[in-house]
Amino acid sequence: MSATLVIDIILWGSVAAVGFIAFRRGPTVLKTSLREGTMDFINIVPRIALGVIGSGYIAAVIPQEIITGWLGPDSGWLGVLTATTAGAATPGGPVIGFSIGAVALKAGGGPPQVIAYVIAWALFAFQRLLLWEIPFMPARFVWFRAAVSLPFPFLAAAIAMAIGKP
Amino acid sequence: MDAGSREKKASRQRPPIPHGPPRGAHGLCHASVCIDYPARLSRGQSHPTPDPIALSELPLKDAAPADDAADGEPRPGHIRKPVGWSMIVIGVLVAVSAALVWRRDGITGVTEIQTHDLSLFGGILPRVLAGCLLGAFIAEILPHEKVSRSLGPKSGLKGLLIGAAFGAILPGGPFTAYPVASALLAVGADFGATIAMVVSWTLIGYGRAIAWELPIMGTDFTLWRIVISLPLPVLAGALGRFVFVRIYPNGEPE
Repeated sequence: MSATLVIDIILWGSVAAVGFIAFRRGPTVLKTSLREGTMDFINIVPRIALGVIGSGYIAAVIPQEIITGWLGPDSGWLGVLTATTAGAATPGGPVIGFSIGAVALKAGGGPPQVIAYVIAWALFAFQRLLLWEIPFMPARFVWFRAAVSLPFPFLAAAIAMAIGKP
Repeated sequence: MDAGSREKKASRQRPPIPHGPPRGAHGLCHASVCIDYPARLSRGQSHPTPDPIALSELPLKDAAPADDAADGEPRPGHIRKPVGWSMIVIGVLVAVSAALVWRRDGITGVTEIQTHDLSLFGGILPRVLAGCLLGAFIAEILPHEKVSRSLGPKSGLKGLLIGAAFGAILPGGPFTAYPVASALLAVGADFGATIAMVVSWTLIGYGRAIAWELPIMGTDFTLWRIVISLPLPVLAGALGRFVFVRIYPNGEPE
């Protein structure tokens, strides 16, 4: 918990710092950005409510064995491909993504495959794209970024295979 | 971003027009682009975009001192309407999944998940506010020219490195990263540098690694995963630029 506390402190410290810079620019700058940020917040809360409060159900109905069973060390590039697809399809927050990765490692999954899984999940888990990225950013940018990110789980797996780590 | 808001953004950067009307002399329309905007504008296609009017074509009597006008009215924002297709998709998924959980585990299974997720939501909420404020402040205080010089299409490898470094040190979760990335796009960063920033935040950012990955996956895996990820943000940004100029040779379409 202390790690999250540190992150919270850094986060609010950054807000205070840029807020102070805005204030130095003049009260109207501060007022405009405060209003802007609050409006963003109000607009975004319903989506986050739906996503966060609902994501537990989505995660609960996904059978984890199916995801982890296909990532064995002998699965090779097919395993990496499966891992990438599974990462993109994994719903829920970081707990679910990393837990599935950890289960896969413990169940004998190959490290390159698990790396590919974690990176694919980080780069384009569909739920995060829909829930977080699309609401905040132009949709064209989001799809463009996801498409451009496609090769990177494979590249990461290749690096992991090459260096024999972790 | 639609053309209208770009016009307005541009207008805010300009010095007040010297031969404009005296302050307060104009009517209800303060804007340099005299269009009746809804209170908040979404950036995407999901709202009726008024036809862009070039500033040069506007009658001068409507051109109020630009930076003054911006204070008195809601700035065109970057958040979409609260309900969009992505939300409908998620909503349907949630409803179907909840029904499946209910059939499998009964009502206790449903309420158990509900309680857990509600407390998670309560914990996230203040951080969402912090992220929105951070994004809004950054959009307001970052000078447009400087950002487009150091993170714009011509910023080269240095721009990608700056974007990646920025993503790596950015505190907070998706509630911070995406508003800030959106702000960067709005003030002149190109797709490449913004991709480097977002990818760097997801892969190298310490927030998620410390809070979730380290405890769940273990130190060894996490550290190697991060080491392997180090080159990826810059590569992703470079690939993004490479593809971008080929898809949109004339710049981003409106």
